[in-house]
Amino acid sequence: MGAQLRVYKRRIRSVSATKKITKAMEMIAASRVVKAQRKVAASTPYATELTRAVTAVGTGSNIKHPLTTETENPTRAAVLLLTSDRGLAGAFNSNSIKAAEQLTERLEREGKEVDMYIVGRRGVAHYNFRERKIAEQWTGFTDEPTYADAKQVAAPLIEAIEKDAADGGVDELHIVYTEFVSMMTQTALDARLLPLRLEEVAEEKPAGEILPLYDFEPSAEDVLDALLPRYVESRVYNALLQSAASKHAATRRAMKSATDNAGELIESLSRLANAARQAEITQEISEIVGGASALADATAGSDR
Amino acid sequence: MAAELHVELVAADRQVWSGEATLVVARTTSGDIGVMPGHQPLLGVLESGPVTIRTSDGGTVVAAVHGGFISFADDKLSLLAEIAELSDEIDVQRAERALERAEAEADAHAQRRAEVRLRAVSVR
Repeated sequence: MGAQLRVYKRRIRSVSATKKITKAMEMIAASRVVKAQRKVAASTPYATELTRAVTAVGTGSNIKHPLTTETENPTRAAVLLLTSDRGLAGAFNSNSIKAAEQLTERLEREGKEVDMYIVGRRGVAHYNFRERKIAEQWTGFTDEPTYADAKQVAAPLIEAIEKDAADGGVDELHIVYTEFVSMMTQTALDARLLPLRLEEVAEEKPAGEILPLYDFEPSAEDVLDALLPRYVESRVYNALLQSAASKHAATRRAMKSATDNAGELIESLSRLANAARQAEITQEISEIVGGASALADATAGSDR
Repeated sequence: MAAELHVELVAADRQVWSGEATLVVARTTSGDIGVMPGHQPLLGVLESGPVTIRTSDGGTVVAAVHGGFISFADDKLSLLAEIAELSDEIDVQRAERALERAEAEADAHAQRRAEVRLRAVSVR
């Protein structure tokens, strides 16, 4: 076998091995998307009921709470950025990081100091590499977040917002995550979590529903005190789940195009390998023919 | 048909139980509260404790609920809990082990959770 042909054969073998790997990763990601979507659906009843309850307290009473009142001059804001632990997901992480950068820029233009809270190794690595400060970071659960993880993430955030800005607390809490729209579409977006705009929460509930006048047990303040942290946790949990589903969908898509590209590469390489083999055969024939005619010429000369 | 109320018992990550009931007893921070059909709209904070649901077909469902809320309006009752387990889902041996461990480590929260689980099983 010629050197050229051997090189092509070797490349085809290596690309086929890679293709097998990307194909397997694609299928794993596809099954994980379905699982993650199911988890999003399973967490919906809790979120809906909680939203209803928050709306009920917010509209049914006139109480003030640090988590619902806007500070007049907000000076510090916390941004929670959700990324994944692993790459190989196309533009998934860079999109959410970009969204966070834009949000940070906007907040800084408004004169607010920004504290970064980051979930996922990718985001942490991005900020560490640029030697930027991270207030708090969490890694290791982005593929399959549980409610306990969401609680863990939400706890320091709630603590920070309950403190005054002067003592190292924050006035606002923003969250940047990737919304799972469909298998093909996932959008990185930012949302302000706190202070809560009760009007917005109220809009989320089905229209035309009139909320009854509730009797609060033990009191409206206590209920709101207990309710709002749970509400934040539930929102963080939902964002974590959506991010996980989006990450798997992005991985699936990236791996699918990698598999397709590998297929194309194998095809063009086999064409080249075939051409090389043909060229080799042609060369051998012309060598034989040339050798034979040279031999014939030589014997013809000695005869004379 | 006797009046009944619709109950949804949901945990943060799943729906635990849903169905019709005639009476629901739960523990709020200001004491045990019983809700029957036609109760006035209510929103309360739950303590960790067992919740008893008397279903309309005469059965009883007991669940261990750890932290959450009870909300009732229009004969629809929702129990929201971070963690909720039906009594027949609870692994008694595991709960007992958890209780021992919590006692050894003097972890009041874990101890309370384990006790509530065991109590929910004993009511069953």
